[in-house]
Amino acid sequence: MKGMSTIVKTIANIGFPIITIYGLYVIAHGHLTPGGGFQGGAIVASGLALLAVAHGTSWVESKVKEHDLSMLESLGALGFIGLAFLGLLMGGAFFSNFLVDTSMLFGAIPVDGAANINTGGTLPLMNFAVGLKVIAGLFAIVLVMAIATNKEED
Amino acid sequence: MILLDAIHIILPLLMIVSALIAVYLKDLVAATIALASMSLLLSLEFYILQAPDVAIAEAGVGAALTTAILILAIKATKRTEEEEE
Repeated sequence: MKGMSTIVKTIANIGFPIITIYGLYVIAHGHLTPGGGFQGGAIVASGLALLAVAHGTSWVESKVKEHDLSMLESLGALGFIGLAFLGLLMGGAFFSNFLVDTSMLFGAIPVDGAANINTGGTLPLMNFAVGLKVIAGLFAIVLVMAIATNKEED
Repeated sequence: MILLDAIHIILPLLMIVSALIAVYLKDLVAATIALASMSLLLSLEFYILQAPDVAIAEAGVGAALTTAILILAIKATKRTEEEEE
């Protein structure tokens, strides 16, 4: 599939960074506000799908390979389950939140229920892992669909 | 809240209308946009029902990703639906 017109490409180029930053915000604030790894990942993947539809299949195919996407997806799953087993190792239980109430990243305890990004222990890290997996997985679905329909045309 | 009750009745009716439009349209890209608007109305209904998590997921997957996949599929085939005999 060839790309669309210049108007569509320009609007997609302007909209893509805004959509991506909003999706990363939803992932990073997953333990405070509605949303989380899956929702933010779906938003980022929809921004990538916007680029893929606007610029055409061959342009996207030259930038990213499906093999790299499945590697990123496996990396997200490994990070999630690795954090869970790290809880078994350091906290004594599967999924134990060993980072909370320490001086490390995301280790603080919220005062009087006030929203603070530096809380939650391992939950934000698990949200990052799920977000990576969902971004790679959903964009791989769109990319496979694009490549399959492109082959059909030739 | 009489206004909220009215919205709870109006939104599903609009969803049914846009789904029927998606069925009856012969231009498949326009039908895809009608499906996306149905998904968007559904996510608004989820938000009113105090489920913002589900609303965000529905807006991302239903309105954006499904539309992209359907448009990619339509690009590889014909844009208009053929008349049945």
